[in-house]
Amino acid sequence: MRVNFTVNGRQQEADDVWEGESLLYVLRERMGLPGSKNACEQGECGSCTVRLDGVLVCSCLVAAGQVEGREVVTVEGLADYAKQRAEHGGCATGACGTTLDQAKQWEARPSDGRTGEQSELSPIQQAFIDAGAVQCGFCTPGLLVAADELLERNAEPSDADIREALSGNLCRCTGYEKILDAVRLAAARQEEAV
Amino acid sequence: MALHPRVAAAPAGTPTNISQGSKTKGGIGESTLRPDGTLKVTGEFAYSSDMWHEDMLWGHTLRSTVAHAEIKSIDIGEAVAMPGVYAVLTYDDLPTEVKNYGLEIQDTPVLAHGRVRHHGEPVALVAADHPETARRAAAKIKIEYVELPVITDEASATAPGAILIHEGRDDHHIGHVPHPNIVHRQPIIRGDADEAAGRADVIVKGEYTFGMQDQAFLGPESGLAVPSEDGGVELYVATQWLHSDLRQIAPVLGLPEDKVRMTLSGVGGAFGGREDLSMQIHACLLALRTGKPVKIVYNRFESFFGHVHRHPAKLYYEHGATKDGKLTHMKCRIVLDGGAYASASPAVVGNAASLSVGPYVIDDVDIEALALYSNNPPCGAMRGFGAVQACFAYEAQMDKVAAKLGIDPVEFRQLNAMEQGALLPTGQTVDSPAPVAELLRRVKARPLPPEQQWLAAGEEADVRALPGGLSNTTHGEGVVRGVGYAVGIKNVGFSEGFDDYSTARVRMEVVGGEPVATVHTAMAEVGQGGVTVHAQIARTELGVTQVTIQPADTQVGSAGSTSASRQTYVTGGAVKHTCENVREKVLEIGRRKFGSYHPAWATAELLLEGGKVVTDGGEVLADLVDVLEDEAVDLELEWRHRPTEAFDLHTGQGNGHVQYSFAAHRAVVEVDTELGLVKVIELACAQDVGKALNPLSVVGQIQGGTTQGLGVAVMEEIIIDPKTAKVRNPSFTDYLIPTILDTPTIPVDVLELADDHAPYGLRGVGEAPTLSSTPAVLAAIRNATGLELNRTPVRPEHLTGT
Ligand code: FES
Ligand code: FES
Repeated sequence: MRVNFTVNGRQQEADDVWEGESLLYVLRERMGLPGSKNACEQGECGSCTVRLDGVLVCSCLVAAGQVEGREVVTVEGLADYAKQRAEHGGCATGACGTTLDQAKQWEARPSDGRTGEQSELSPIQQAFIDAGAVQCGFCTPGLLVAADELLERNAEPSDADIREALSGNLCRCTGYEKILDAVRLAAARQEEAV
Repeated sequence: MALHPRVAAAPAGTPTNISQGSKTKGGIGESTLRPDGTLKVTGEFAYSSDMWHEDMLWGHTLRSTVAHAEIKSIDIGEAVAMPGVYAVLTYDDLPTEVKNYGLEIQDTPVLAHGRVRHHGEPVALVAADHPETARRAAAKIKIEYVELPVITDEASATAPGAILIHEGRDDHHIGHVPHPNIVHRQPIIRGDADEAAGRADVIVKGEYTFGMQDQAFLGPESGLAVPSEDGGVELYVATQWLHSDLRQIAPVLGLPEDKVRMTLSGVGGAFGGREDLSMQIHACLLALRTGKPVKIVYNRFESFFGHVHRHPAKLYYEHGATKDGKLTHMKCRIVLDGGAYASASPAVVGNAASLSVGPYVIDDVDIEALALYSNNPPCGAMRGFGAVQACFAYEAQMDKVAAKLGIDPVEFRQLNAMEQGALLPTGQTVDSPAPVAELLRRVKARPLPPEQQWLAAGEEADVRALPGGLSNTTHGEGVVRGVGYAVGIKNVGFSEGFDDYSTARVRMEVVGGEPVATVHTAMAEVGQGGVTVHAQIARTELGVTQVTIQPADTQVGSAGSTSASRQTYVTGGAVKHTCENVREKVLEIGRRKFGSYHPAWATAELLLEGGKVVTDGGEVLADLVDVLEDEAVDLELEWRHRPTEAFDLHTGQGNGHVQYSFAAHRAVVEVDTELGLVKVIELACAQDVGKALNPLSVVGQIQGGTTQGLGVAVMEEIIIDPKTAKVRNPSFTDYLIPTILDTPTIPVDVLELADDHAPYGLRGVGEAPTLSSTPAVLAAIRNATGLELNRTPVRPEHLTGT
């Protein structure tokens, strides 16, 4: 089967997709976007978290066919997504007053041809580095997508809010304390910037 | 010869204070950020499961569905015939006479032959053009098993007539074990425990059970094998020790080691679970057979079968003490279940035995530790390595003895705490700081989290802070709070006479007008931050800002394993040592070029700092750029810590360990006694790290280790059916690891008491916090509930008596 959808603002077409393939597999093995991670492929760890039309999903649980005509944002597109949001002074999901249709209007620039070193990072990405929230980093992409979505709908999350929002993302290395630090840091910086 | 302008201007032979050197930024002691951080947050960092090659195939392993059986027949006919399948391999396809591998004892078959010994043992391999095709083909392989009775514990292992897990054992432990189903046994006898027991006013006995924990690293076992034109193979893989893998892989493939080229690809956590091979040989076999690149990625289900776990244990302890709170003696027996294959069991036994007494002074001890062979899943290395199980038991004992004497549990521990100069039961002197009493003092002195917020807040209470959380199972009724303490001792590095060396290659040259150092080691960066620290060491020793860390591969000598808290010590030591020698070479060049212009070149202690050669008085002699010009200094050197020795097989005496690390925890928990739900409110840690090379990563390691200890206290356990020895919960749905909701705030207090024998005085950090957090949480739950709780993890039924 063929699937047409948008990934990080770029129209994509995947051919010969087997009906049982997950969005995660298509992203990683067909689109060449391995940023979303395959830690459990059971919907238990959140490492594969992406946004589908603005909504957080475990991409390992989404059948590839379900994304036909829809919009996916992965960690690879997170910086542009956050930038776009900042520029347009709002959020991209329905959760904070933007309709789903508005969300679909969002368009990111493709992010080819950039190495990590040159990337402009979103506030949450930078905060994860600065706070020491990255160790092995396998949980990081999923956590970043989830934390960015949290900050989008809740600019000043309490610790309990952060814990609740990130409870679907396992991390085996950090003990989470520095992940909390990172989200607090990104929120504080966001506050400062306003 | 180009001269440094300022040096040239100075009259030769006149010591002049020309200018002050500046310290190099980003050296040791600073919280420099990870060099791989940006790639990891953008999703561009290539983990082993991200490898991709044009035209690659996918490998899959068929695993045994039973724990113990004879294999009558294997029929691969249907699987081979499936479209898209390129190869199906069984034991008969192995290319040489070497068909087993293993870390110390080569008892693990690459593919089962004749018999399977545990649930999930690899039996056949498939390569196909799509992972699902490979899985479906594997499902078409027909295997006829004749099931055998299972050995699952000490009684069944040593029962008269018990089937031997390994017939005809010929490893070097066989002569010393009481039964062939025992992998290794280590007694330690010191003083006279029976006689000392006579002096005890109280004697406390306890029997403890430690469940089987899984490393549960998030990045699955995975890698890519690419056949090369010379008949060899290139392997990109996530591992903890490239050279150890290589030593085990090459013989099975029938290739010389130089034809198996290994490169470390991104590792998503390890915690001991990547010390043994998983898919390495399988991927290489499939690649060599098909002539195509083969990628293998385990899913989570397979991952639970694909690596060794932490040894579950039964521990029998007896302690005695006098009325004034002094421990008189200790007797213990530790039975570890090693499962079907030896893996690291012998070394785990040595650790468990030698650290069984904990960080306490007890002169009279009678210790025995052993590991069984059974049909349970193989167990091997995991963070804390034998010391964890012992710590769980001796800390429970400390609380029991203290309670019996009516002494505060922390005070009781402090009364018996070892200090520098103390003797271990092995007779080895602890010859570096051992601040056991101080660590306990620090966690105790920390203010407790505010009492029972949920009561004070009444209706306003945030249910998320209560046991049960958003399940809304309580609003505070039936909830009690408890506080518990624990402390532990862990050895650092490989022990018992192991040649525990590391190798570093360091190159220094001028690139783009700047002095640059390149560090190349085979150290596996598994997330611990070794790459950050190596760059910091090179900056400190070589005075350069720019340091490139080369990818780890087998083109450079072995770095040893990223385990046993040893990498910063040993490979860090190797980087330091090599940098020091590179510095000497650089200074030689400097002396040759500029020595005649300034006597300090010959007389002063010279350092490299801020891109310059400076005297220890801070006088700048030259720019590194001018010293090096187009010369490069390039050295590859090995470095060893001081040697250790084997423990005597009968008395356990011997200087077996290199270094020790110590951590203490205080846990505060709230327990819903009606439902048996535990919420850990705070888990404070104090740890001595000798010297924090990177304070940010040190704290991160301590918090991570603490959380793994918390996990095994209240939720983590691989559950084995005792009748069939089958694994019941190989998934993240059923094997629970702590989420951010289960993990409390973890305040960390870092002490830096230098160990004079170690590079920069550092102490290995990663494991010690995993030891003490488990017993601290258990102690807090006991304190809250008054229950005895002699098993970990604690489950709701243990708390509600149901
Ligand atoms: S990989 Fe999708 S939730 Fe774990
Ligand atoms: S950093 Fe390794 S799993 Fe989170």
